[in-house]
Amino acid sequence: MTPLVQQLDPLVTQNLWSASWFRPEAVLTAGAVLLFVLDLFWRKSPRRVAYLTASALAVLAAAAGFLAVQPADALSLFNGLLANDAFASFFKWLFLAAAALVVIITASGKDFPPARVGEFYALLVSIVLGLFMMASATDLLMMYLSIELVSLSSYVLAGFKKGDRKATEAALKYVIYGSVASGIMLFGMSYLYGLTGTTNLSQIATQVQQLSASGTAELAATRIALVVAATFVAGGLGYKIAAVPFHMWCPDVYEGAPTPFTAFLSVGPKAAGFALALRFFLSALSFPANADGLALPIGDIPWPAVIGVVSAVTMTLGNLTALLQTNLKRLLAYSSIAHAGYMLMGLAAVSAVGTQSVMIYMAIYLVMNLGAFLVVILVAQATGSESILDYRGLSRRQPFAAITFAIFLFSLTGIPPFAGFIGKWYLFVAVWERTGGPHGTWYGALLVIAALNTAIALFYYARVIRAMFIDPPYAPDAKRIVSPVSWQVVLGACAAAVLFFGIRPQAIIDWTLSSLQLFRG
Amino acid sequence: MQISLSHFLAVGALLFAFGIVTVATRRNAVGVLMGVELILNGANVNFVAFNRYVGSAGTQTFDAIGGQVFSLFVIVLAAAEAAVGLAIVLAIFQTFKSIDVRSADLMRE
Repeated sequence: MTPLVQQLDPLVTQNLWSASWFRPEAVLTAGAVLLFVLDLFWRKSPRRVAYLTASALAVLAAAAGFLAVQPADALSLFNGLLANDAFASFFKWLFLAAAALVVIITASGKDFPPARVGEFYALLVSIVLGLFMMASATDLLMMYLSIELVSLSSYVLAGFKKGDRKATEAALKYVIYGSVASGIMLFGMSYLYGLTGTTNLSQIATQVQQLSASGTAELAATRIALVVAATFVAGGLGYKIAAVPFHMWCPDVYEGAPTPFTAFLSVGPKAAGFALALRFFLSALSFPANADGLALPIGDIPWPAVIGVVSAVTMTLGNLTALLQTNLKRLLAYSSIAHAGYMLMGLAAVSAVGTQSVMIYMAIYLVMNLGAFLVVILVAQATGSESILDYRGLSRRQPFAAITFAIFLFSLTGIPPFAGFIGKWYLFVAVWERTGGPHGTWYGALLVIAALNTAIALFYYARVIRAMFIDPPYAPDAKRIVSPVSWQVVLGACAAAVLFFGIRPQAIIDWTLSSLQLFRG
Repeated sequence: MQISLSHFLAVGALLFAFGIVTVATRRNAVGVLMGVELILNGANVNFVAFNRYVGSAGTQTFDAIGGQVFSLFVIVLAAAEAAVGLAIVLAIFQTFKSIDVRSADLMRE
């Protein structure tokens, strides 16, 4: 055996080569540090919020620039730790868009005092860095590290409001649930490593295939261990996307965190969690898709069944609990749990259409959910309340916000001609494709449950719309709400996008179709 | 008696189980964080033991020491997580004048 130093030589060479494919991430790393320094540099400046916002947007724009010029070749980087592929790039664009919108929203809001806005931007950029790596991780180690990078910064931001009882409680709950979930995932990973002898996802696929083909007496035991390990890893991923039973942190953290960060939390880490879950399950635990786009799980491990059950329970529980909510932030939290349930249908379908449908839904969900949260921020800033009672008569106090909010809520329900319908349609198509094959009845049941859930969802979204348009204002002399111009522009743009892609979805469909390429070993 | 892989795995599984029980039953927030450390170290024991007994099944050079490298990363991350966790516990103490996790219970369904 050659000495270790000589073995390391090609590894170092590959790392240096990989660095040239790592420019967006490098920019974000440098940008996060730079923002911390600039925050101190402009401490006394009267225009610090404007300067810092411009710097944060510049960092995101620089990362976007490097991402745009990076070819989407399917490559393994850093000795198999990360991958560069079109699939990862798609999600990276979503993260950048979400972060940029949240920065713009934050700049005009009062959720962050001017003295602390720099810290928020720096931590937000470091979260985006973590999300980038989640989207491209192809190794158990990288999966764990990137999830932790996102989580650690998120714990801090959840408790950002110092001395606020709800914020501090949210941070505590987040850190406890988060670290337990990631600990469970780590434990699952240790078994996966023990069974396969490798931490690389594509090599895990090869090893699992050999394990299940060997036909030894221990096969049953190995299978059980594999199922347990996969379930534990799925637990950690389920926590990131707020799926049952790891959803309990979600409403409390959404309520306690500063609302612009809640908005980011509901789209960024959720999208990254889905990217990571798709990559993990499709490249480590299933065969490449056949010509018809359908794929089979390796070694008959019943993970699609587990995901399907989790999907059905998550959407039902999310929607039923949302019916009881009177705080808009909590209502949107439970609705985001329900949406995670819908999107899990795409993963449970284990097919090209399934993957594509999750990507379509995520892109549309980003626009409509950020828009909905912006209205919540707007109303909370004017009335100091997030209660549904304060949305009564919003159509008279701020007609533009009321109309756009109605568009977002209808789109979240999934009613045509809004974009949410397109997303839901593709998810249903993905599951429908499976109803003819093996376990078809179960997929059929999943479809029925999802359809019923859409009907339930209409109730609580319509309740908000009724409050805004039909109910009289709380006080008859309630004043008109004024909102910053930048918010009006963001609201208008989001609503326009929801309407446009609802009627002409071809651009999103083409974009996701060309981003399906997933790197495999 | 020969110490084999299964002994290490039993230790790892016990640490994991104790960690879960600690997190679920402790009322002291610092105690809960200690439970999290137990969970992480349960996984660490597994990683190192698997590396010694079944490692290097993969073809990449990295796989020969993959488990040990993984556990080193986990140790560092556990420290980072403890730092953030304790900072949050400190904030809880300043806000609620107690580190009993039951005191932080404002938000309900």
